Amino acid sequence: MTRVTIDAAGMHYTPLNRRIREAIGAGADEIIITGVMGQRFIADGVRGRATIIIHGIPGGDLGMFMSGPTCIVYGNCDHAPGNTMDGGMIIIHGSAGDAVAHSMRGGKVFVRDTIGYRGGIHMKQYQDKCPVLVIGGEFRSYLGEYMAGGLILALGDPGKNSGKERGIGSGIHGGRIVIRGGPLDDRCLGVGAAQRPLSGEGYREIQPLIKEFADVFSLDPDPLLRDRYTEIVPSSSRPFANKYTWE
Amino acid sequence: MDGTKIRSALSMMDERGSGEGAGYAVYGAFPEFADYYAIHVFFDAVHESKAAVDRELGNWGTVVHEEEIPTYENRNIRKVHTPWRYFFKPDPSLMPRSETPEDDIVMHLVMKINTTIPGALVYASGKNVGIFKAAGWPEDVADFYRIQDYSGYIWLAHNRYPTNTPGWWGGAHPFNLLGWSVVHNGEITSYGTNRRFIESYGYRCTMYTDTEVVAYLFDLLVRRHGLRPEMAVKALAPPFWDDIDRMDAKERTLYKAVRLAYGSAMMNGPFAIVVAQRDGIVGFTDRIKLRPLVCGIAGSRLYISSEEAAIRTMEPGLDEVFMPRAGEPVVGRLGK
Repeated sequence: MTRVTIDAAGMHYTPLNRRIREAIGAGADEIIITGVMGQRFIADGVRGRATIIIHGIPGGDLGMFMSGPTCIVYGNCDHAPGNTMDGGMIIIHGSAGDAVAHSMRGGKVFVRDTIGYRGGIHMKQYQDKCPVLVIGGEFRSYLGEYMAGGLILALGDPGKNSGKERGIGSGIHGGRIVIRGGPLDDRCLGVGAAQRPLSGEGYREIQPLIKEFADVFSLDPDPLLRDRYTEIVPSSSRPFANKYTWE
Repeated sequence: MDGTKIRSALSMMDERGSGEGAGYAVYGAFPEFADYYAIHVFFDAVHESKAAVDRELGNWGTVVHEEEIPTYENRNIRKVHTPWRYFFKPDPSLMPRSETPEDDIVMHLVMKINTTIPGALVYASGKNVGIFKAAGWPEDVADFYRIQDYSGYIWLAHNRYPTNTPGWWGGAHPFNLLGWSVVHNGEITSYGTNRRFIESYGYRCTMYTDTEVVAYLFDLLVRRHGLRPEMAVKALAPPFWDDIDRMDAKERTLYKAVRLAYGSAMMNGPFAIVVAQRDGIVGFTDRIKLRPLVCGIAGSRLYISSEEAAIRTMEPGLDEVFMPRAGEPVVGRLGK
């Protein structure tokens, strides 16, 4: 296995990304980046199968357009990690800011702790591409806003993700949001969103994800596997059919 | 604290600016003149406008000290204005019917100078508050004024990316009036309504940018109307009506009254704002959270920023990091 270490302290993101691309081009399997402090756009648009381990506090848009590699972050992320990500995985041992997995189109984003507002905004899917966002802690309002595809799975303590958040699935027209716990107060749902208990089939689909998430963060999966879940989906096949077009 | 750390924190977020405006506020900057209003003026040409400003100040009180604000040549900053500061003591007997005559005199002077004396712009007027701003990148503005030579107990800093109006010295943040200093990320789309509202109370908007109204709104709501800063935030970024409907009777009455009384002060659009006054700071965002805001606590220090990394640049060992909810004020008060 080839391992490359980069000290990013005081380095701008442009040379940092150049170093990452050089390492991947040279066949590195593992790239360890230390001293990260606010550098945006880390690992944007990179391809391949490398594992990129990030120590510190990366700036916004980590792994944007990334297709293939795995980013493991030991620290909190800023806005929109996984923005329009195409494939691969982002694992965040910490929390993340607003618009996590913004417009994501493939791969997985796992966040151990909380995320900010508009998690999974406008995620989408096509054929074999189905992005997944899993959140271990709390989320904020407008989760899955304008969602067009993919899966958001919120595993946080249902008591904590209380009725305070509004606009969940606002403008959703595809994909699913699965939230641990019983039904939400209907006022928490956004326009065009409907909720129902997660079906047995749906549960079987999220089971491997829960196990994988628990494994990645060394959590006990049993309480998560035992709990019940609620699914939030578009209220019809085309909830906004009459909003912008008419016959 | 001197200005070294906040310069490096702001520098980390250069991506958020365009090099057309940056600035710093420091509370406790002038201990030797702490009881005097520090009137900061940008002169287009000192020999043309300064006599008129001197005359206006002389009509309302005494200048105990004045100086050109020291600046240091910087190849990235064109010195199109000469920054000047006066330390001023108003004569309260000249505003006999006011409960806060000194503040009212200074506010009147700021508005009068900014609307009637061409080539002079008063951009700060608080006691013991220094404002250092210009058109440029944050590092250059910091070096231009050598902010590391100033020390204080509250610092604000801002890097501007002008969107709706051109960048210029007067449009750089922080905006200041009396004790209030404001830094803002976003845009206040309700500026027209807010401006009409605030101008009906004697304020005059002269800086060609939206953030200016926030300083005046805080002065009106907190100093003149006696609202607590938390309640002022609730007037500017109020709870939704459907949330108010679900409150208990007492709270509901309060928030309804606030929304009705201050309907025209309510700010629309995306914003994250920090307002400082001499005894503390308050940070808040718009109520649907269209801009980021992160808080950090280390011992007795509160940090508020757009990015956690900027906070950690100043303070690597944080006790706590959190993102406040939309529209919820985060208040830091000066310890005794």
